[in-house]
Amino acid sequence: MTAYLLKRLAIGILTLLFASVVVFAVLEVVPGDPARLMLGMNATEDAVQALREQMGLNLPLVTRYVTWLAAFATGDFGRSLTYSVPVIDLVAERLVVSLPLALLALALSTVIAIPAGLFAAARRGRFADTATMGLAQVGVAIPNFWLALLLVYVFAVWLRLVPAGGFPGWGNGFWAGIKALLMPAVALALPQAAILARVTRSALIEVLGEDYIRTARAKGLPRRRVLWRHALRNALIPVLTIMGLQFAFLLAGTIIIENVFYLPGLGRLLFQAITQRDLIVVESVIMLLVAAVIVVNVLVDLSYAAVDPRLRTRR
Amino acid sequence: MAQTLLHIENLSLAIGKADILSHVDMRIDRGEVLGLVGESGSGKSMTALAIMQLLPHAAHASGRILFDGADLLTRTEDQMCALRGDDIGMVFQEPMTALNPVKTIGEQVAEGIRWHTRCSRAEAEERTRAILDRVGLPQSRFPLSRFPHELSGGQRQRVVIAIACALKPRLLIADEPTTALDVVLQAQILDLLRDLVEENRMGLLLISHDLAVVADMADRLVVMRHGKVMEQGETASTLKRQEHPYTRQLAEASMHVPAARQAAPARPRTDDAGGNASPETPPLLAVDKVVRDYAGRRTSLFSRPAPFRAVDDVSFSMEPGHSVALVGRSGCGKSTLARMILALDQPTGGAIRLAGQDLSHLEGEALRPFRRRMQVVFQDPYGSFNPRHKVERLVAEPLHLLDSQPSRSERRERVAEALAEVHMPPDSMDRYPHEFSGGQRQRISIARAVITRPDLIVADEPVSALDVSIRAQILDLFAELNGKLRLAYLFITHDLTVARAITDEVMVMHEGRIVERGSTADVLSAPRHEATRALVDAAPDLERAIARRLSRA
Amino acid sequence: MTTTTPDEAENWQALAVKALKNRSFLLGLVITLLVALMALVSFFWTPFDVTDLPVTNRMQPPTAEHWFGTDHFGRDIFSMIMVGARNSIAVAFVAVAIGMGLGVPLGCWAAARRGWVDEALMRFNDVIFAFPALLSAVMITAIFGPGAINAIIAIGIFNVPVFARVARAGALSIWPREYILAARASGKNATQITVEHILPNIASILLVQGTIQFALGILAEAGLSYVGFGAQPPMPSWGRMLFEAQTRMIIAPHMAIFPGLAIVVTVLGLNLLGDGLRDLLDPKTRRER
Repeated sequence: MTAYLLKRLAIGILTLLFASVVVFAVLEVVPGDPARLMLGMNATEDAVQALREQMGLNLPLVTRYVTWLAAFATGDFGRSLTYSVPVIDLVAERLVVSLPLALLALALSTVIAIPAGLFAAARRGRFADTATMGLAQVGVAIPNFWLALLLVYVFAVWLRLVPAGGFPGWGNGFWAGIKALLMPAVALALPQAAILARVTRSALIEVLGEDYIRTARAKGLPRRRVLWRHALRNALIPVLTIMGLQFAFLLAGTIIIENVFYLPGLGRLLFQAITQRDLIVVESVIMLLVAAVIVVNVLVDLSYAAVDPRLRTRR
Repeated sequence: MAQTLLHIENLSLAIGKADILSHVDMRIDRGEVLGLVGESGSGKSMTALAIMQLLPHAAHASGRILFDGADLLTRTEDQMCALRGDDIGMVFQEPMTALNPVKTIGEQVAEGIRWHTRCSRAEAEERTRAILDRVGLPQSRFPLSRFPHELSGGQRQRVVIAIACALKPRLLIADEPTTALDVVLQAQILDLLRDLVEENRMGLLLISHDLAVVADMADRLVVMRHGKVMEQGETASTLKRQEHPYTRQLAEASMHVPAARQAAPARPRTDDAGGNASPETPPLLAVDKVVRDYAGRRTSLFSRPAPFRAVDDVSFSMEPGHSVALVGRSGCGKSTLARMILALDQPTGGAIRLAGQDLSHLEGEALRPFRRRMQVVFQDPYGSFNPRHKVERLVAEPLHLLDSQPSRSERRERVAEALAEVHMPPDSMDRYPHEFSGGQRQRISIARAVITRPDLIVADEPVSALDVSIRAQILDLFAELNGKLRLAYLFITHDLTVARAITDEVMVMHEGRIVERGSTADVLSAPRHEATRALVDAAPDLERAIARRLSRA
Repeated sequence: MTTTTPDEAENWQALAVKALKNRSFLLGLVITLLVALMALVSFFWTPFDVTDLPVTNRMQPPTAEHWFGTDHFGRDIFSMIMVGARNSIAVAFVAVAIGMGLGVPLGCWAAARRGWVDEALMRFNDVIFAFPALLSAVMITAIFGPGAINAIIAIGIFNVPVFARVARAGALSIWPREYILAARASGKNATQITVEHILPNIASILLVQGTIQFALGILAEAGLSYVGFGAQPPMPSWGRMLFEAQTRMIIAPHMAIFPGLAIVVTVLGLNLLGDGLRDLLDPKTRRER
């Protein structure tokens, strides 16, 4: 078991390292001199050189990568060029919006999808199954930002139940914050839930065709009990895999959705940074998001071992 | 007198528009063993599932299945749940997949006990221990916390039997319970079933394609074909009289010896059939001190994995036209050896020579002239063809080994010729493999093997996936081609009947080594090594089984 | 009962009969063909010229003349959707081609060689999977500035590991088959076996995955052009139309509804087509009947 865990962990770290090389390398080849960009076109050559020296831009590439990575790992993301504050402060300030949004969406999508998948699988081929899956088929096709626009139109503009956008800050009370995040979370969660429900159903149906299900039925267990006690846990592995992959889509979705609802999250920060060519911020936010995706996938890998005893003894 | 436990009356079953069973009648008394024999597609498994009411969704059954006088077809699902696992237990064919991989064996056995008896967890565990101990999985070596993947196939089948027998059902249904196991395990599992049934006076419905297995176990016999009962009666007399032509056909097929071989006297080992083999001529195939190691499983993170030796210092030789059987239990290394002979795998040590030339370290193009001289026939007539190619292309594949590629018309001609050798019409060449039956596919597979006119054919369990009657025809074909094309065969099999039917010599492999070798008749009638004896004793033998039944009666 | 799968090779006639009975396949095919036709026709004819800006006609709700209404420049939304289909289809198609072209050979190679090649591919996949298309697009935009080509590259890169995985998994399931051993015994090398035996047998799963990735590509392209990383104005694109509709939601909701519906219908059609193809071609689902 420890061998499996250590291997997955090592793979996670390796992936993280490679990903950091990619991020660093890509933003390194960006045309234009960051020092020149910062100082503007009419700065003197001497001033630019001084800044380059100060920013460490004259050091060899590998040294700069190692320094950057070491600093990043310790939470020192550098200083934003436009805001002139440490990037970590900017990120932390935005994370309190983005992270709850992503988690809320993930929770919503799981809570909707797994029961829907179970429900459809248990009634396979009947009307309830066809209807649920037809709905899911449509759900998969809906872009989350369009759903967001429709939700704003119906609930904010038309019914005036929730604010159309913006974020009051957690300082104005927990529920006010949740209320502002609810609609974006629903917009993010529904299309993901549709995908997850389809995966849950087909994983369950595949498992229900296995020989050991027949063995369990031959023991005299009723269908429902077999579904819960035997099928669900075996079907969990593909479901977990998709949930891990979905986290990446959810993060990307968060970035877009924040623009629809004018939420001051990481996504807004990223877009502002791009338009202002604040590359240190871009680099940091991307690295952070990529790291989050990798960490979640390592967690998914580790959770396989909890579900499947075969992995605990292998290798 | 005995009371009727299960009475199937006029049972018909259709799945969608396909009729699976028609007007089936059979009866099992308390404590009686009923054997149900039939070839694939005879509807024997569906009969079992109909009793359990675990039929596929689209199935529609009519007639009556009386269990203790009550019709199971009219029972509600809840009532059936109360019966299943408590009064009727079932054992399935494939032990590798019959257990839930994410639950311990203890949980899986205890589950049924708790569900039916509503007893406490502790009590269920106690009973689970007792039944696992009874089926030969003692607590000292097989604690309840074991997972299925930690057990071998035979051990898993014991767990499945424990699940089925935990509550001492009055009827046990065993659907091909030993088909996936080798002969020695088969004998052990059958013994276990027999004892359990006797101890608890259970009725047993034993389903098998193997007449010899059923003859050995069953008091009475039902022979099915195409969803109909052909004949039923007391086992020994039914098999003795063989009144029904289909029963006779089955019995004859399972004792079949190809005509071509009966005629030819068993050739002595030094036979130089060509008449001109001088002592200098190297043998067709010489296997010399061959060893094959595989990287073992790492037991902990820091220990070096111990290599697993699949083939251990094996040496033998074969002459042209010779037919040799390589027999052994599953996992003894026989298939690994075959793959190395075919140069599909490289030995860790030793040499494999074809006509004097060492192949063991040749690769790619260098093997071409040798590959032409040896070909292969596999077990599974369904898996051995690319389903997307037509027969012409499939059979012609080895022609790739020729130095000059034949023209299209030449190619068709050679394919037609090869098909003729195996008695398939030339128009088969424009059809896809799925259009043929299992036996026909195996013929096509042989046609592919003979198209380059090889000297040696390695056949890996070539008939074990076939029904007995088809099996006999394919064995005849092998024998015929042996005489006509002077082919040497290396038959890999766990089935001694096949070895007896078709080979001059037999080699017995056990734990990677060849432990006994000699003329087939000698080795099988007077086995010297323990491993050989175990195989011979365990092999189901129809004649012996009938004789035993008659003497008991 | 035998456990072998039913045969994958079926003659075209039998397949066609089954295709006509498969509702999801038929509906998906019809929708997909209609969208493709719409994109094609837009090259020769659209109800209105989308480069023409009759500002006096701004934000008209749907009428008999303008079926889907007009936008804030007075352009006909139906015509813009027709032209926008070109962009969506082109981006998604090229991205699938990139993914297949690189991913399938990689996956087949890994399956044939196993060992370190396989391990390296899997690790490479892990790294790419960590970059959702949007993040790649952000990085590419940071380097080259915005443009339709960014969307293609970003989505295409993400498709590579998807196809590599599917091809590898498919190939790994074919390699142990006996007909591969027979081919090896006939002296065929790994490349010949991959071309003759592996690819034809994984073609159907690749086709199914292709339609799914096509659908995902259309969704991703819409997302990217919505945030301004895709096609640049004046080239109409569905995502961009939604972006422009966003601030005008209260006065002209039709500006958001119709382009969104275009996306939903197209993606739905492709997914239905993919599901239908899977039912028709994949022996695994066919077995359960």
